[in-house]
Amino acid sequence: MRIVTVRRISQGFFFLLLLWLAVVATVGTSWWQLRGWPINWLLELAPLTAVATLLATGTLYGSLLWALVAIILTAFLGRFFCGFVCPVGAMNQCLGWLSRRGHDPLERVAANRFAGAQALKYYFLFFLLLLAFMGTVQTGLIDPLPLIYRSINLAILPLVDARLNGPRFYVSVWLLGLIFLTVAALNLLRPRFFCRYLCPLGAFFGLLASLSPWRLGKQEAGKCGDCRLCEEFCEGACRPSAAIITGECVLCLNCLDRCPAGRITFANRPSAAGEQGLPDLSRRGLILAGTGLLMAPLWQRGGLSGDNRDPLLLRPPGALEEDRFLARCIRCGQCMRVCPANIIQPALLEAGIQGLWSPVINYRLGRSGCQPTCIACGQVCPTAAIRPLSVPEKLGVADFADQGPVRIGTAFIDRGRCLPWAMERPCLVCQEVCPVSPKAIFPRLAFEVIRDGGDLEAWMFGREIEMEAPLPTRVNLASGDYFVGIMAQPELGLRRILRHHDDRLVVEGPPAPSGMPAERVTLDIVVKLDRPHVDPTRCIGCGMCERECPVAGQRAIRVFNENESRAQAGRLLL
Amino acid sequence: MSTTAAPPSQEGGFTRRDFLRRLGYAAAVTVAAGGLGLWRHDAQGPVVQSPKKVLSGLGDFSLPNFRGEAGKMAIAEGLDRAQTVGRGLEALGGMGAFIQAGDSVLIKVNAAFATPPALGATTHPELLAAVAKLCFQAGASQVLVTDNPINDPLTCFRISGLEAAAKQVGAQLILPRPALFQPVSLPTGRLLQQWPTLAGVFTGVSKVILLSPVKDHQRAGASMTLKNIYGFLGGRRNIFHQDINGIITELALLLKPTLCILDGTVAMVTNGPTGGSLSDLKETGAMVIATDPVAADAVGVEILGRRLDDIPYIRMAAAAGAGLADYERLKPVVIPAK
Repeated sequence: MRIVTVRRISQGFFFLLLLWLAVVATVGTSWWQLRGWPINWLLELAPLTAVATLLATGTLYGSLLWALVAIILTAFLGRFFCGFVCPVGAMNQCLGWLSRRGHDPLERVAANRFAGAQALKYYFLFFLLLLAFMGTVQTGLIDPLPLIYRSINLAILPLVDARLNGPRFYVSVWLLGLIFLTVAALNLLRPRFFCRYLCPLGAFFGLLASLSPWRLGKQEAGKCGDCRLCEEFCEGACRPSAAIITGECVLCLNCLDRCPAGRITFANRPSAAGEQGLPDLSRRGLILAGTGLLMAPLWQRGGLSGDNRDPLLLRPPGALEEDRFLARCIRCGQCMRVCPANIIQPALLEAGIQGLWSPVINYRLGRSGCQPTCIACGQVCPTAAIRPLSVPEKLGVADFADQGPVRIGTAFIDRGRCLPWAMERPCLVCQEVCPVSPKAIFPRLAFEVIRDGGDLEAWMFGREIEMEAPLPTRVNLASGDYFVGIMAQPELGLRRILRHHDDRLVVEGPPAPSGMPAERVTLDIVVKLDRPHVDPTRCIGCGMCERECPVAGQRAIRVFNENESRAQAGRLLL
Repeated sequence: MSTTAAPPSQEGGFTRRDFLRRLGYAAAVTVAAGGLGLWRHDAQGPVVQSPKKVLSGLGDFSLPNFRGEAGKMAIAEGLDRAQTVGRGLEALGGMGAFIQAGDSVLIKVNAAFATPPALGATTHPELLAAVAKLCFQAGASQVLVTDNPINDPLTCFRISGLEAAAKQVGAQLILPRPALFQPVSLPTGRLLQQWPTLAGVFTGVSKVILLSPVKDHQRAGASMTLKNIYGFLGGRRNIFHQDINGIITELALLLKPTLCILDGTVAMVTNGPTGGSLSDLKETGAMVIATDPVAADAVGVEILGRRLDDIPYIRMAAAAGAGLADYERLKPVVIPAK
């Protein structure tokens, strides 16, 4: 079999594998759901995440060790990952090829000419690694694996798997889709545009590959004419016809396949036509990349991880405190994909520019609050930006009883919008759905004279009342929540309204003895209200209340990040 | 490995040695990456809080022979602070009874607000100057002055005149900065757990003097010596107002000072602890010097014209073993105004 066929099969395999691993990243017990599938494997194999989090935290979490495989193989063989594994590379290669069908060979050769701007990706890499060194991991914004995971998880799958997983919503996902389409469309300008000019992962592999013992090159120099067939499909634009730039070669092996004279080999010696390790890197570019050292301290000036944090910034349960969180999160969107409640959303600027597309909780979207016994987000997080909680730790039971449950924030009641507080309507949905036991939301009973319900003249005959004037009809007085009584004389007690018709009421109590005359009275119509209160010592910020609050716009009970477990800064209580 | 000997290439002069060098490079990458990766590998994942060194308190600077009922107290009457504090100390054996040659003295003032000294919301600069001078005369090698005020620190020290007073007598002002804060977990504390405190100012310090004004305080009842220790707390400390008596009781255990000087020359009797008007002040003409902060505050309560029942933390601090609420047991020396 031709080596390029092997490569195509490999690319297809890894692309399908990526899609499959994305599809199965849903909570459930079916074979096509999370049942031990290594959903992060490709993210872990691509070493930029490992390198950046190692720089930022000094540690290498869990399965990020897979990165070693790619690093070591690249140091020996070159950028096999770009040519044989990377799904973004495969997509780009495929689109670049499709968009140039019917072009003549000279056009193709021109499109694959090496360009000095290919050095750009090295500057991106240095910039991102310096940011990581200063404690903020931003590689995921442009690292192709997080990029494609994010795009598939948030933009593509929700459009196609609604029947399997229900409709899913992601805030400002149009931007992610647009970026994904841009990466794809850039192939119209140049084949593998993203890989050649932008990809920091490719640059990292390029650095490793530039000195690798085995590489592509010509066996003999000076014998070629100017057929340039080797460059007709050269994916890396690495100049195999002349002095090849080893670090740019993505091991597509098209040159080897196309050379009519068989002069190109993959061998343990340099190209006979000369070679160069990397594109020329300009001092100006490196200085610009050096600004990465400045960005993190500048971001910290905003105080967004401390006193100036956005009170509505809620992170998934188990998330580390903000600075440590941003030293790990790669914005892959795995937590957002897996969350069965669909409440984990990509941030735009809620967490500052440094938190772009990081996971934030939004209780307005999605299907429920954060479900108490669900720990999916932390279990799938490839970098432990969200720690892998156990159910007992999340609930604060068993071994974790001392530290209490993990709190996402605290619910606050907006008394100006709450039905029983502001609008003399019974409600108490928030208390009903509060999943904490004993409940964090508790009612306090209040009786209020309803509007136009005070000092009404009436005739009372035992349990039957005839009003002098018609009663308010805005509410169902016979709903069981309404009473008659005299607020100024509470000792007389309140009597529940049982029936209401026009100006007649029937209330609780014994019927009048026959022969007794009707009594003239002045009455109040009173509504019984259970008004919700939050006990902040019990509230875990799960957002069930906010999610279900019937005040549909700005909810009358909302979760803020005060008292969240992850940050001392937001501590509310003693 | 190559099966045929690499022919020396015409252009590059490439030899087997070059190949071996590159193989060595790849092997070095393998060893370095593998070693680093395995060394830094973290299978468990991060812990909730990054572990930091936690202190158990800010220290016990009390003199052993002045503890408990052996404590000393003098109350000097008069309106000239330099004079009353000098005479009061004299009655207890002079500053030399507390400060010895070579001592490094930390003076904790109350610089909470950026208000001028005449408004009485802060330690009076004349008192600071007098006490620091006495320390130097007793042989102190250095005198440090600090507080973590409520308003902007530098502005507070400037407007209150405390910066100028320190400078005038050669004392060194330490403004709070992040590096000086360290978490404290008080072993018997319920509230003070993992709480940032201004521990860095105690480096090398051998004696601690609390210089506190006598002030009205709505939430706590009064702000005097023990409440002054609140100024060693960092973080968002105002959550402690949910249990003000509890926190002041723990503050009494957080730090045992060498000497407490409670300035009741002019007391803020209304609108405390900020004041803002001369009409909030009352001439009370008393300077309390004591080794026991609880006893000092018990006198302060009387200066304010209040009762111990109004200010629960004093008895709570006494019950916790921080001092005596019944200050009479210290047999205070009362020095009338001349």
